[in-house]
This record gives sequence, structure tokens and C-alpha cells, in this order.
Amino acid sequence: MSNEIEAIKDPGLPAHVHRKADTDPVAEKRAERQVAILFLISALGTVLFIYSYYFISEDAFFFFPILGDTNAHQLFLGLGLAIALFFIGAAAIHWAKTLMPDEEVIAMRHTMRSDDEDRDALVSTVKERAGAAGLGRRSLIKRSMGLSLGLIGLSPLVLLRDLGPLPKDDLTKTSWAAGTRLVTDPGDRPIRPEDLEVGAVAQVQPKLRPDQERTLNDIGKDAVLLIRIRPEEFQLSPERLSWTHDGIIAFSKICSHMGCAVALYEQSTKHLLCPCHQSTFDVPRAAKVIFGPAARPLPQLAITVDAEGYLIAQKPFSEPVGPSFWERSS
Amino acid sequence: MTARERVAGTVANYVDERTGAAKWMKKNLTKVFPDHWSFLLGEVALYSFIILLLSGTFLTFWFDPSQREVLYDGAYEPLKGLHMSAAYASALHISFEVRGGLLMRQIHHWAALIFMAAIVVHLMRVYFTGAFRKPREFNWIIGVGLLTLGIVEGFLGYSLPDDLLSGTGIRIAEAIIQALPVVGTYIAFFAFGGAFPGEAFIPRIFTVHVLLLPGIFLALITVHLMLVWYQKHTQWPGPGRTEKNVVGYPLMPAYMAKAGGFFFIVFGVTAFLGAVASINPIWLYGPYNPGQISAGSQPDWYMGWLDGLVRMSPPIELHILNHTVPLNILIPALIVPGIIFTGLALYPFIESWITGDKREHHLLDRPRNVPNRTALGAMSLTFMLVALINGGNDIIATNFHLGINQIMWFSRIAIFVLPPIAFVVTKRICLSLQRADRELVLHGRETGRLMMLPHGEFVEVHEPISPELAWKLTAHEQAPALALEDVDARRVRRAGAFRNKLRKRISQANAESIAKPTLNDLKEIEHH
Repeated sequence: MSNEIEAIKDPGLPAHVHRKADTDPVAEKRAERQVAILFLISALGTVLFIYSYYFISEDAFFFFPILGDTNAHQLFLGLGLAIALFFIGAAAIHWAKTLMPDEEVIAMRHTMRSDDEDRDALVSTVKERAGAAGLGRRSLIKRSMGLSLGLIGLSPLVLLRDLGPLPKDDLTKTSWAAGTRLVTDPGDRPIRPEDLEVGAVAQVQPKLRPDQERTLNDIGKDAVLLIRIRPEEFQLSPERLSWTHDGIIAFSKICSHMGCAVALYEQSTKHLLCPCHQSTFDVPRAAKVIFGPAARPLPQLAITVDAEGYLIAQKPFSEPVGPSFWERSS
Repeated sequence: MTARERVAGTVANYVDERTGAAKWMKKNLTKVFPDHWSFLLGEVALYSFIILLLSGTFLTFWFDPSQREVLYDGAYEPLKGLHMSAAYASALHISFEVRGGLLMRQIHHWAALIFMAAIVVHLMRVYFTGAFRKPREFNWIIGVGLLTLGIVEGFLGYSLPDDLLSGTGIRIAEAIIQALPVVGTYIAFFAFGGAFPGEAFIPRIFTVHVLLLPGIFLALITVHLMLVWYQKHTQWPGPGRTEKNVVGYPLMPAYMAKAGGFFFIVFGVTAFLGAVASINPIWLYGPYNPGQISAGSQPDWYMGWLDGLVRMSPPIELHILNHTVPLNILIPALIVPGIIFTGLALYPFIESWITGDKREHHLLDRPRNVPNRTALGAMSLTFMLVALINGGNDIIATNFHLGINQIMWFSRIAIFVLPPIAFVVTKRICLSLQRADRELVLHGRETGRLMMLPHGEFVEVHEPISPELAWKLTAHEQAPALALEDVDARRVRRAGAFRNKLRKRISQANAESIAKPTLNDLKEIEHH
């Protein structure tokens, strides 16, 4: 026995095993019938599809186990289509597996690399052609071409300029101003402190001038949440305390993280939670972030009441609302 | 010659005289394709793409991609009289008034989910079997491109109906753009035609969703398939299969019938899902309003990992010289995904640099025989899985009565701890499987039959395995570690000593394996 290490040998492609349908005419006929039946089931599926489209009412609901109350039109239309498609596939595959030739064959691969001869020929062709064009020599043309191609690349950027206006101070301004009344959303009614009980939350918007209409852009910046707790529960600086009124505190509803509406208020813990990324803000401590990815508290709106007893803003927001951006200074 | 043959002959002659297609067709109709279930995964992705084109075209006939405000007066009672965008109103119209419209919407959405799932599983197949190795690196990169574009295309698609859920998704996308240092605000204002939400974004992403990206998809998929065709498919090792040949079934007729039939199977299953499984019921969400939100806001699954990373980010933001840099957005939403996708795209080149292997490979690796690659894959998947789980932390919290904070802290720790554990465990499993293969080749299959020897000892009878299986289990290469010296012949440290050392270490780790059995081993056992 030699000491050379011998690997286990490749026994080569195993002999082909014939299927039953290849040798037995009865099995062959049976397979043929099976394929035909599968195709016929598909045809029935299409019939169901057409029937459902025209003859099942779109308002017909019925109870179907697991699915619950189901729209019959939609269900049978879909099932018809599914059956029609699926069984064409099943028939074709069954046909291929039982009746079409199933002998494995061997084809040879060729390496991707071209022959050295061809590669050398390519190199000399490229060199010769490029030389004839004088690309290497004519540096004046080369440089001016580089300049013009580079410049023309800028034109799409120029053309895209009118996609939108420059930001200016759009992100830092809201519709809130000194004396703006708080109105309910929805309803647009001014509200008095006594409309809110302790523990209550309300969504408000700034009252607009009669000629103004509230757009989604406005709501995206102006939406404010009013929350009323017992005044003694506040843990605020004297300045921030002066921004509240009788236990009512107002925060921007637009999350300081990524701008979702901070809509979940838990009365027992006095936490505001953003449903998008679970940033949690502590209401009595001026919406300080106590959990989650948000890095800043929700901006607080200074509120008070006017002569008629309605809630108004003392002044605009003292910082931009919503998510962070480069030009934001605080 | 029958009449039918005569007609076919005339047609074929007409085409060939104008294209010379006969030569190419003759060669390619008998082209050989290896068969294995895992090769169908890419096909699922291709067929879902065709389903997306068909169902998507149907939807465009009624969809009105406009954020113009309209008063809803359609068939769905609960929303009657509400102000909403024309996009949302037309999506409701498709769902309730166009016959088959809801079915097509649901087929389109299911097909998109299946498309992305098929791409991801196909990618895993290609990765774990080493099918990305030379000469298929280009196709790997195209594949990573398709995956990335697929995520974008899917996001834009479910953003189009302008319902409360999708509007929230757009809001988050806008916040990510706005977070970019220096240019963020400008890009956001250009993309949205002003401040969020504006009235320009949905018409714009509609064009990108139905024209620009599908066009790029078509081009990339065409090149992807042409390369598969030209380079010929990889195959699993087995008897008669070598690096120089390809064993399988000829295109015509069996492979054609199977692949064509499989398209109908995929379409049929998607239609079945569209018929019975409700998806994205936009009428329940209501029209988008930036001041409102629904609890449990979730992106589609292929975006979930990204959302999960954003959710687990610590609350850090830089304030420098009157400027704000929100690292809590930039790191999880842009930097980490950027690293992941760049690493993914470059992987074939990294591996070939470490192994020094510049040969062509057409035989696939069994994942156990390349333990480090397999372990690295398991590690990456674990990372993505933790991120994905955290993306659904609110849903998990409500369904399993857990605290959201507990899940978040679990994820924050697990994303660092679990991936390395997955690496080590996977590598151990691979080596154990190699050991089991060795046992099987050397000592045969356990039959479960017990035999009493004359002196009373009980032994289990082992049956030798077939030569085919023995070959399959030992056909792989076991390359030794690269001999890379730290110093040259004159005892001087070589340039790039650190890179050299790194490469050497990984190469040594790659060489760790259970020696595959040889004929010598088998003969030795026979002697005993």
C-alpha cells in the first residue's frame, strides 16, 4: 500500500432510471389523462372568474370559516383567478415530470477568459484605433472635451432647481403668534380652561383669520396638544410654569424625533408616547425625554387666557417644532 | 410534411432570413440547466416582478396620483363627506367600485412582499453556497442593487395611496432627508416642492415608482439573466459533476415547461393570497393628516429592520456652532445601512482577497464545508433579525404583554451580543456536521439493526454508503492556510504588515476543518 493520499473517486453520472410512464403504456395514458384533468380544472377556474365578475353582487357578504364575514364577489373572483393560474402551472409541470424526456445530459463549460490570441489582437486593435484618432496626442481636444462634458453634467442639476423653493425660515415659523386663540381640532371652536377637566387631553390648532384656510402643511407644524393636570404636579422652572395656565400645559404635537404625531397620552403616568419610535415624554417635566430615540423635549407653547376667558398663545413657539435639521440653532 | 409543419417552416424561414436566429436557437434550445429546488428562488423573484408589472399597470388605469384635496363621495360609507387627497380617493375607488380592483391591489401588494422575500432568500442561497465567486461577482453586485432598489420601490409603492399609515412613513422619510448635514433641508424642500407634506411629493414618486425604477429593474434583470445564461448556472457537487461541465436537463422541452409552469404556480399562489388574505386595508386608516396617527404604525417587513434600528438608537444629537446634527437619525437610518449594503456588495472581493483564490468556481459549496462564511452569514442575519424584531416592538409588547422598554433594552443589548454568539455557534455546528459526514463515509449508515456477537456483545450493524454519496460528501476542497510571512528574506518587516497579519489570521481560521476521509482511511478501516 502506497503512502500517497488518495481521494475518494468520482463514480461518474449514475445510470438513468426510467419512469413508469416511459416503459408502461398504461401509466403513460394515465399521466396524459392527469395532465388533461389539471388543464380542465384551470378552465373551470376561469369560468368561475367570469361568472363572479358578472353575476355575483359586489355587496354580497357571507360568513366563511377562518376568514369571517367575506365579500363573495371579491373572494370568488380571486379564487377563480387563482385556480385558473395555478392549475395551468400544475399541468405543465406534471406533464414535464411524467412525459417529457428526463434524461440528464452533460454539457461542457468554457472558461470565461478569452484566448491569449484574441486578447492580444484586441489590445493592438484598441491601441491602433485610438492612435489613429490621436487621443493621446491631441491634449487640447481632450481637455476641452473634458470641460464640456463636465459642464453639461451640471445642467440636470440646474434644471432641477425649480423642484421646490428654498427653505428660508419655513421650518422655524409656525402660525402661532402672541394672542392667537386656541381652537379645537376638529370643530374650530375656541376653548376655555374649564372645558378641560384634569386628566383630559385635546388637540388644538391656531385660530385662522377668516380669509385663511388651514392646509396640511399648517397642521404639520401648528398641531398642539393641551393636557390638564393638577398644577401642583408640575416640576417646571418658574419661566416654564408661567407658560402654563391653571394646570393646562401645551406642547407641539409634532415629535421632535421624526415628526410623527405624538398622540398617545397615558393618564396615570402622565407620559406622552410617540407611536412611531416609542419616544416617551414626561408631561409634568416640560416633556423631557425619558425613553426612546428622541433627543429633545417637545417644544412648549406659552399659553394664557384673553379678556373673554378663551385660551390664547402668549407668544410664538420659542424654538422650531418637529424633527431636527442642520440650520436649527438650539 | 404535414400542413402544420409547412406553416411552421414558412414562419421560421421568414424570421431566420431576417435575423439569422436559427443558429443561435439551435444551440440554445438544448442548453442544459442543472436542477435543484434552491435554484427556483431567483425564479420566484423574477415571476413576482412580472406579476407586479401586470397588476401595477391595471392599477394605474384608475389611480390618480394627486394630492389635490377632494370631497369623498364614493361607495365606502364611513369616509363619505371627508376631505382627502385625490390619490386616496382614487385608491378607495379602486378598492370598492372597480370590479377586481381590490383583488388586483392585494395581488400587487402580496407580489411586492413575495418579490422582496424571494430576493432575500435567493441572496442567502447564493451567499451560503458560494455561488457569488468568480466569475459571478458582477451578478452579485447587480443582485445587491436590485435588493436595494426593491426596498425603495416597495416603500414608494405603499406610500402612494396617501392614507394615514403611508403618510406617516413619508413623514419619517422626510425627517431622514432633513437630517442630512448642510444639504438636508434643501434636498427635502426640493423633493417635496416646499415644506412637508406639500402637494408635489406623491405625483413625483408616482413617476419614479411606475416609470423610472421599473425601467432600471428591467435593465438590471435583463443583464442579470443574460449573465446567468452566458456563464451557465452553477451546480451542486455530485457524481459526474465537475468544474468543467454542467449536468442537467435541456431547455426544450422539460425545463421550459417546468419554468413556464412555475410562473403560473407563483401567479396562482399570489392570486390566492390576494383573494383570501386582506393586506393594507387603507380604508381603515383614513386620509393622511400630519396631526393624526394610528397606534401600531408599522412599515412593510423589508423596511422593518431599518425602523427597528431607528427605534433602538440612543437619544444623541450634536449641537455645534448653531447647527444640529441628529445622530439618532443619521446613524441608524443612513450610516449603518450604508455600511451593511457596501459590505454586502464587496463581499466576493473580500473573500477572494483573504483566500487568495482567483480561480473560476462552478460547483457550489455545501455551507458546512465553509464554516467561517456560513458563520458570518448567520451573524449578519442575526443582526438583521434583532433589528426587525425591534421594528415590531410595539406589536410584540401588546401581543405578549411585555413592556416596550424591556423589548427595547433587550434589542439594544442583543444587537451587539447575539451576532457574535451566532457566529461561534454556527461555526461549531458546521464543524460537527463535517465530523458527521466523515463518520458516515468511514463507518457507513446506522441501520438500527442490533446484532449479538458470539461473546455476547451487542453491536449496531452499519451499512456502507453508496459510492455516489461518498463522492458527494468528499468532493470539496480543503485548502491549507496561506503561507504569508511577516518578514521578507532579509528579516525586514514587509510593507502592509498589518493587512498581511489580518489576512493570515483569517486564512488560518478558514483552514480549520475536519479532515475529509480519503481512500487511505477507508482501506485502513477494511484492514481492521
